[in-house]
Amino acid sequence: MSAMTDPPRPSFRLSQLIYDTRYRSITIQVVALVLLCAAFWWLIDNTVENLAVLGKDFDFGFLGDRAGYDINQMLIPYDNSMSHGRAALVGILNTMLVAFLGCVTATVIGVFAGVLRLSKNWVVSRLMAVYVEGFRNVPLLLWIVLIFALMTEATPQPRDFREGGSASMILGDSVAITNRGVFLPMPTWGDGAAVLGLVVVLSLIGAYLYRRHARKVLYDSGRLLPMVWPALAIAIVPAVVVYFAFAMSTGSAQVRLMAADATEGQSVAAYGEAQGSLSVCVPEGTIGLNVQRLLRGQDLRYSESVFATEAMAIDAFRNGDCNMVAVPAGMEQPLLGNPDIAVSALSESTTRGAPVQFEKPVLGGFNFEGGVQVRNSLLALWLALALYTGAFIAEIVRAGILAVSKGQSEAAFALGMRPNRTMNLVILPQAMRVIVPPLISQFLNLTKNSSLAIAVGYMDVRATLGGISINQTGRELEGMLLLGMFYLALSLVISGAMNIYNNRSRLKER
Amino acid sequence: MKKTVFLGAMAVSGMVAGAAAAATLDDVKARGNVNCGVSTGLAGFSTPDANGKWQGFDVDVCRAVAAAIFGDPDATEFVPTTGQTRFTALASGEIDVLTRNTTWTFSRDVDLKFDFTGVNYYDGQGFMIPKALGVTSAKDLDGATVCIQTGTTTELNLADFFRANNISYEPVPIETNAEAQQQYLAGACDVYTTDASGLAATRATFENPSEHVVLPEIISKEPLGPLVRHGDSDWADLNRWVLNALIAAEEYGVTSANVSDMASAAGSNPEINRLLGTEGNLGEMLGLDADFAAKAIGAVGNYGEIFERHIGESTPVGLARGLNAQWTEGGLLYAPPFR
Repeated sequence: MSAMTDPPRPSFRLSQLIYDTRYRSITIQVVALVLLCAAFWWLIDNTVENLAVLGKDFDFGFLGDRAGYDINQMLIPYDNSMSHGRAALVGILNTMLVAFLGCVTATVIGVFAGVLRLSKNWVVSRLMAVYVEGFRNVPLLLWIVLIFALMTEATPQPRDFREGGSASMILGDSVAITNRGVFLPMPTWGDGAAVLGLVVVLSLIGAYLYRRHARKVLYDSGRLLPMVWPALAIAIVPAVVVYFAFAMSTGSAQVRLMAADATEGQSVAAYGEAQGSLSVCVPEGTIGLNVQRLLRGQDLRYSESVFATEAMAIDAFRNGDCNMVAVPAGMEQPLLGNPDIAVSALSESTTRGAPVQFEKPVLGGFNFEGGVQVRNSLLALWLALALYTGAFIAEIVRAGILAVSKGQSEAAFALGMRPNRTMNLVILPQAMRVIVPPLISQFLNLTKNSSLAIAVGYMDVRATLGGISINQTGRELEGMLLLGMFYLALSLVISGAMNIYNNRSRLKER
Repeated sequence: MKKTVFLGAMAVSGMVAGAAAAATLDDVKARGNVNCGVSTGLAGFSTPDANGKWQGFDVDVCRAVAAAIFGDPDATEFVPTTGQTRFTALASGEIDVLTRNTTWTFSRDVDLKFDFTGVNYYDGQGFMIPKALGVTSAKDLDGATVCIQTGTTTELNLADFFRANNISYEPVPIETNAEAQQQYLAGACDVYTTDASGLAATRATFENPSEHVVLPEIISKEPLGPLVRHGDSDWADLNRWVLNALIAAEEYGVTSANVSDMASAAGSNPEINRLLGTEGNLGEMLGLDADFAAKAIGAVGNYGEIFERHIGESTPVGLARGLNAQWTEGGLLYAPPFR
């Protein structure tokens, strides 16, 4: 009788780890993992050891210390008594500002250049080819420095704008292009600004809804409703109506200048002569702006204190903080019946002002004052980033358009569609599916390239946290880690947002 | 087995990297030259000449160190650093000594872990402005646009000064002196501020230096000196005493012309004898030859000679000795005794 024996059980031998395909892949992965861990361990251990040798610790406490340096471009209030953390935040916002402006502009430039490069017009398509190749093949840093140097050397200094100087402001004396930046009028809010803002938002929503409705009608019935003019009208007309309604009613109400120890009906100039110096308390907003215009119009030297509300300005005047005050009609009461100080109205008066007025930049002692200064550093960086990345985006757009089969446009033409409608309705929507994924990485490139800001002294996060703060505190490792984490987070947010859009626009497979 | 060897090798290399920070003098001797951090170009202090050879007041301090160690002032490697990169370069060991008009401050000495080895120039921060603007005092600068080199103490002094006087300004941060000069001359800023010596050096390179004035206010104390990494006191001592030797040499009248005579045999003044190594063994204590100071002085001259050659009144920079005269002549230079 023969006993059934089990087939010999293959015993596991170590060599199988290498020669047996079942185990080999695992072996390789384990070895790779061990090597990776060892490399990281070595890096970290080395860092810790070297820090110990240098006698340095690892501490983020410096973010709470006083920064002590000033930043020229601030989107949030900041001064040198605030912390390094706050300075970093100012830098972060500056980085995000230039990245946002750059991405938007680069996309617009890229789409135009990409479409035009495919133009049948030889001159246009060659011009675009020159633009694309020129910017794509020269380092970004050179463009940044070149544009900055051009703007610094080719534009006039503020002092050239003085009388008899060689430069003058443009657009009705409201915009000054100098070698320190472009000075633009700044909007100042008056009565009804909030209502006006609400109306603008509502009418924009209305215009959007109208376009959606028009598209639905088009798809449902094939009837083409006019798109542009009604939408524009919905967006603009209500705002204009509201603006003029406020400007005509409350806006034209009188604001009188009242002064201490003046004679009734005296002019400001005469009062200033008698008092020796002029100081005025004004509420912020258009009243303050109008008073400023009135006094500047007479070439008077004066100092100005701005308060949040009319009542606060009047209170400050009663406390003796200034010798003149702007008093809107109907608020004279607390002043006139007051026996402590003799208050009388001067001859000049102004108005409360429209919901929105623009404060023009005016040449002051060294520089333009008032208005908004768009610094050359921002302009140079923004332009260079947009033009450089735009060249890449143009190629992506061209590739996307070429990826759409020629039959699509021929079919559209056969249906009688005009070329621009074919581009907008047939080609670009399909091309977008090809364009969006590489577009994301261009946006990321642009955002990270914004750290070249140091070349033109733009105060981005690399210059504040990664530059001056590190330099003043000696916290290189901490600062660089934070900086790296910020760029990582920003990149992830951008690609996350763009991926949402990509998922919406890509071909739905059902 | 192989893995163990690999890990072991990595651990050893890690330890070597850790230990390398210890004896700078040994590293320097093994390498055969001193790595010095200098500025990216500041006339008179450190700037490459037409042949690409670094020249200047700060450069010569470094050359003196090289001469003291190797007997050769050219056994040096100069690394240009900006205000922002200099400390990282020194802390990381890329350079052995930073001779780059760097202000000695508490936090740099204590918190940044550096050792200042003395002061080679007593300076203060000033303002330069075009004459045409008609400004005579820094307190009239309300609203001015000011060019500053970023990452410097001047940046902080400036903020303090304007804050203390309750006036406003717009800072334009700039990386190097050359860029600052270009921005200032183009009128992109009204004022350029840095150490008064730097202003004089910069103005000397202008086409029309007389069209610019340096305002009378000096708003800070800026003792500029060489610095080394914290933790290697031997290397710090070497640098400190080479600088002191240059200063003492001027005090005792030892110059590059007469140093070889005086060092050949012991003279009548024991202090000079100890300085030049004809008596005592001071050089040995530093780990150098006995005549280290004689070699340094022979190579670059004494402090006064270096000053006159690069930034003195006969040069375009044209700085007076002022605070930087010997203590015997009313200045602040005071070398401790060689004993």
